Amino acid sequence: MALSRALSFYRSFSTVPSQSLRVCIVGSGPAGFYTADKILKAHEGAEVDIVDRLPTPFGLVRSGVAPDHPETKVVTNQFSRVAQNGHCSFIGNVSLGSSISLAELRELYDAVVLSYGAESDQALGIPGEELAGIYAAREFVWWYNGHPDCRNLAPDLKSSDTAVIIGQGNVALDVARILLRPTAELATTDISCHALAALGESSIRKVYLVGRRGPAQAAFTAKELREVLRIKDLSIEIRQEDLSKTPADEEELKNNRIKRRIHELLSKAATPATSICSPGQKELHFVFFRKPDRFLESDCRNGYIAGLRMERTILKEDVGSGKQIAVGTGLFAEMECGLVLKSVGYKSIPVDGLPFDHHKGVVPNVQGRVLSEAYGDAQVEKGLYVCGWLKRGPTGIIATNLYCAEETQVASISEDVLRGAVTSRSGLSKPGREGLLQLLDSRNVKVVTFGGWEKIDNEEKRRGSLKNKPREKLTTWQDLLEVATK
Amino acid sequence: MVVFHVHRIAQRLNHSTLSSVLLHDSGHVSLLKMGSSRSINTAAKFRTWGLLPSNCSNVTSPCTSRTSYGPLSRYQIFLGLRHNEYCTTPGNGEKQTISVTFVDKDGEEKQIKVPVGMSLLEAAHENDIELEGACEGSLACSTCHVIVMDVDYYNKLEDPTDEENDMLDLAFGLTETSRLGCQVIAKPELDGIRVALPAATRNFAVDGFKPKPH
Repeated sequence: MALSRALSFYRSFSTVPSQSLRVCIVGSGPAGFYTADKILKAHEGAEVDIVDRLPTPFGLVRSGVAPDHPETKVVTNQFSRVAQNGHCSFIGNVSLGSSISLAELRELYDAVVLSYGAESDQALGIPGEELAGIYAAREFVWWYNGHPDCRNLAPDLKSSDTAVIIGQGNVALDVARILLRPTAELATTDISCHALAALGESSIRKVYLVGRRGPAQAAFTAKELREVLRIKDLSIEIRQEDLSKTPADEEELKNNRIKRRIHELLSKAATPATSICSPGQKELHFVFFRKPDRFLESDCRNGYIAGLRMERTILKEDVGSGKQIAVGTGLFAEMECGLVLKSVGYKSIPVDGLPFDHHKGVVPNVQGRVLSEAYGDAQVEKGLYVCGWLKRGPTGIIATNLYCAEETQVASISEDVLRGAVTSRSGLSKPGREGLLQLLDSRNVKVVTFGGWEKIDNEEKRRGSLKNKPREKLTTWQDLLEVATK
Repeated sequence: MVVFHVHRIAQRLNHSTLSSVLLHDSGHVSLLKMGSSRSINTAAKFRTWGLLPSNCSNVTSPCTSRTSYGPLSRYQIFLGLRHNEYCTTPGNGEKQTISVTFVDKDGEEKQIKVPVGMSLLEAAHENDIELEGACEGSLACSTCHVIVMDVDYYNKLEDPTDEENDMLDLAFGLTETSRLGCQVIAKPELDGIRVALPAATRNFAVDGFKPKPH
């Protein structure tokens, strides 16, 4: 640490101010911003650029967090302060792989940190998955959150009263809740207006949350479960027999506070009430020990889903990992539905020149330093780092990135800077921001600065104030770029 | 108390969900959030000179904050959760304080004075102690997690609500005496309390729970 302080002391009196560390972070979600924050704090005079392919920053905080969870979005205040730091620039509407290549970025900057997350989905790999009416939960979330890539998703919510959600994590609960909440409650959130309109006309009354294992293995967390159990006029259906715990379940729950509390909540919710289900009443069914086997095509609507076939499962201990896994029993049942949302995990997308582990779906790395290979004889790639889901896989909460960024920044980047493993030995500094902007300009890429985002932000708030919403999002690329660059 | 509409102040604070400002006799300022699903009252200490009309007789002295406002300061304004927001102290300007010691992840200690009624999160920020508060005290994250070092002091705290426990579920390095800093409110019985900031864990495991492979 003393060495780096001495170096920066020297640099601050140097007549060449461009000797400072130049870092480019790709991806402006929590991983990107926490990394930027830590780099700026640790390295005096460092210049940090945060690139994003969208004109809007904040990643999943803007496009993933549900509209009725505004408190979770408060963290953008902190991120905005980072972006407004004089040594930091947000550079939006720049796509890694099309506007600029990874190789070019590595030429322009001392260090490149990739934190662009996971924008694709795990597939189930079962027949009928391409039928219309089946979406990844991510697409549905992007649709109601106004992401421009899913503006025209137009899910059909009117031809059936039943939706099936495959997966039992927090994203599954989010989409279930948005489908089942009274739309009057959603009308004062920042949900996009095209989604609000569609939900207002929705005929979906029954939602099934299907998981291949049991309540003791469900991945959602207490706050989200509690919330969904409290929805007005919603009947909760959980089978008592699904809640009985095997000794293996007890063992799992013993060491896991989160799952213990979840199991308690589910058990309370399953107590049979003397409620009568009125016609048209909304229902949420928790379906355990069912694995989707195939999707069934409609006879009257070509290429469209009509239902799915599920296989009953039991849990067996996996010899390798010691965990309980679901195994098919050969007993099948079918059910009708008009909408399927797959919520079984996200997947990262590799880019040219980036080592990738296709099995785990992450960039091979050690404490955030990118490795040249996933397996075998790998070397550390100089000046290339990862943070967030691209590093760890698509798990965890916003705060998980705080610790992830700490590891990438402190254990790796800072140490490499100290050892001189990042800046070039010739003493010539990298072009950094000036070089990047010049290159993008020569390619006619319209860059959106943080000021441009602020114009979008103000316009969205203005439109929202006319409708008693915190904001009315701009949901097309055209609108976003027009407002940002005017 | 004097009530103002705060669009101008909200602009300055970059917080558009504020709906009004209440100025207490004691010089505290409360900001009310609009459209929140919970009845959260947030309080902020910030430089008020220039923001309020000079004929306002209720301002006894401007609120000062000891938080630094340098370019790398994490919080320009800190908004913290506080109970009993409308309870104005009857006339007396003196606030009782208690002594709180924060121990950071490297073992370094910092002892500070915290006024009764202030949360530990707010106190930490006023004293440049590195305690994150991503959701700014609205019980929507676990980043202000602190570990109460003495079980006797832990027992003097009111039990956490379901909502706090839900967030503690997700806290890193959770212990038997963990609490959220935004929910620990200074009171006289807590004088001398010592709290530790959890070390950044290497494996992101909470309570033995390993993230599921997808």
